Amino acid sequence: VKVHLLVTCLVDSFFPDVGFSVVTVLERLGVQVEVPPGQTCCGQPAFNSGSWDDARAMARHLIDVFGDSDVPVIVPSGSCGDMVIHQAPELLHDDREYGPRAKALAARTHEFTQFVVDVLGVTDVNATAAGRVAYHPACHGLRGLGLDRQPKALLDQVKGIERCPLDDELTCCGFGGLFAVKMSEISGSLLDRKMASIERSGADTVVATDVSCLMHIGGGLRRQGKPVKVKHLAELLAEKRS
Amino acid sequence: VSSPVTFYERVDKALKDRALGAAMSRATTTLMAGRRRGFDGLAHADEIRDHARAIRAHTVARLGDYLRQFEAAVTARGGHVHWAETAEQAVEIVAGIARQHGCRTAVKSKSMVSEEIELNDALEKAGVDVLETDLGEFIVQIDRDHPSHIVAPIIHKSKEQVAESFRTKLGATPDDLKDVPSMTAFARRALRAGFLKADMGISGGNFGVAETGSLCIVTNEGNGRLTTTLPRVHVALMGIERLVPTLADLGVMLQILGRSAMGQKLTVYTNIISGPRRQHDGSGESDGPDHFHVVLVDNGRSRLLGGELAEILYCIRCGACLNACPVYQQVGGHAYGSVYPGPIGAVLTPGLRGLGEWSDLPQASSLCGACREVCPVRIDIPRMLLSLRDRSTEEGETPSWVTAGLWFLRYLAERPRAFRLAQRAARVASRAASRDGWISFVPGHLSRWTDRRDFPALAPRSFMERWEARTR
Repeated sequence: VKVHLLVTCLVDSFFPDVGFSVVTVLERLGVQVEVPPGQTCCGQPAFNSGSWDDARAMARHLIDVFGDSDVPVIVPSGSCGDMVIHQAPELLHDDREYGPRAKALAARTHEFTQFVVDVLGVTDVNATAAGRVAYHPACHGLRGLGLDRQPKALLDQVKGIERCPLDDELTCCGFGGLFAVKMSEISGSLLDRKMASIERSGADTVVATDVSCLMHIGGGLRRQGKPVKVKHLAELLAEKRS
Repeated sequence: VSSPVTFYERVDKALKDRALGAAMSRATTTLMAGRRRGFDGLAHADEIRDHARAIRAHTVARLGDYLRQFEAAVTARGGHVHWAETAEQAVEIVAGIARQHGCRTAVKSKSMVSEEIELNDALEKAGVDVLETDLGEFIVQIDRDHPSHIVAPIIHKSKEQVAESFRTKLGATPDDLKDVPSMTAFARRALRAGFLKADMGISGGNFGVAETGSLCIVTNEGNGRLTTTLPRVHVALMGIERLVPTLADLGVMLQILGRSAMGQKLTVYTNIISGPRRQHDGSGESDGPDHFHVVLVDNGRSRLLGGELAEILYCIRCGACLNACPVYQQVGGHAYGSVYPGPIGAVLTPGLRGLGEWSDLPQASSLCGACREVCPVRIDIPRMLLSLRDRSTEEGETPSWVTAGLWFLRYLAERPRAFRLAQRAARVASRAASRDGWISFVPGHLSRWTDRRDFPALAPRSFMERWEARTR
């Protein structure tokens, strides 16, 4: 199987290790990974902030970069995944050229854990890690893509970890893109609530399927001097001990 | 209810109010747990919600036809239908009905439309005494407060705060306030006297049934039934969109309304009112009002028909989206400054009143989707918040640092080489400002991020750079 990786601008710029963890896991499963050059940002920041013309332009660029093949596109983010799968086709609905291409791209795009579990049919990726791990379901993945069973099934098979469920699991961490800046106080109060839930869980590591939420939660934990680490689920799945 | 302070100031005040935070957390947790239990016990819940949505969509799509059918049916049963295009017209119609029938005292059951048109003030000015009879609304009235939730008006208050209001405003004794049943009995005595005295009853309407001209009012306190049967005149206020075609359709709605609002299979009282007391047609009814008036209020709703916000007219005012919303849970209803708070209010308010002073409301969401998930008629509220943000940008209400920043992001995103260059520049700057890969202060607008959280520096080498090196 060959796939194209949509690495996402946040992983590319801030968390390249996450991208390589995705590659490691996929290659371990016999998948050949290619990374189309020229990819930048899917346009979600502009879409969520109401700059829809800018979002359309970025979506068109993304479509050009990924071309018109049948190769599955893998994205390690429920949020960017929701943008490509649901929002871009809607945004480009009236565009004669890009409308149909947006739909075609949406049809072959998969969030990373959905691809592994639902398409490849694998839940045990032969990962061994350590620590007490809490899973934070990122909202766009959870409610936009229905992502819940897949990441949990993958986590269930990771050897050597102890699971620490969050009691306030389904509540947003308050990130919301520019919301965290425009409405910093509301966002911050939600972040406090999420961090309190993490603390009660006794976890030493929080995993999620979106680096955006992790950047928010991780930034909050670090500001408060909490020793809890944040990791993309792919990083945990890539770990393998002899 | 516009407030002199800004949205940000109201939010700030709310977040600092610990009693409010505790009350909101307790109440919304209870309501959400109730909702879950309510739906757990309902077979085919998803199909019923789909069906309910289809009924609402159909009704809103053919609203003109159903309104005419409803008017004809109400009139045939001896009632009167009044049309109010604006809030001013609506209050003038109600004041006129009071004058026509010589009414001086009115009892009211809960109606959000009456809040929307600010009816109480207008009636008091017209010389009509108004008594709110929903317990929560009664407390709102004696406090000269505003409801902070569309179903639970005093969700923001604790029982201790209510006891204090009863003591200072109504002279309740320690014995009246010794526990919640005593407090309720105290309020009941005050309300009962009002019911017996009133010559006008004002209610809202949860649904109007087009085929029969019936009005459905659900309550949990029985005050709605007294309001609509004891006084000699009954006036019901209803948004024009609150119709269902048939009684069978009403049955579908009632299955989801109580469950979504409070986790109840059915509210304690479900009233279906079809016309005034019938005296002259041989049925000889001995109770009910002599006169029955329905005021159908537009007040901006018809402008939404056919547009991208039309779906908000499917709303059945259950309040589930408020209870589920993490933002509403944190700041409460008053912070919104609008009659309708929470996710529904963040769409409805700018939809009915225009963005203008309400342009912050659609921004007050992380777009987490919890509202869409619980909405019994599956209204895609996040989608409409996004539409309103797009409209904000078109109308020049979006701050220029946001639009300029995103324009620049687009400029770079369309030009991968420029994107890489900018990435490198940002990397150098951010790494210089960082310690252990994190920055504790970013200047400019992004400083609002670093008020509460550290920000990561860009990685020493981007994924794309490392990938190129690996495959070269």
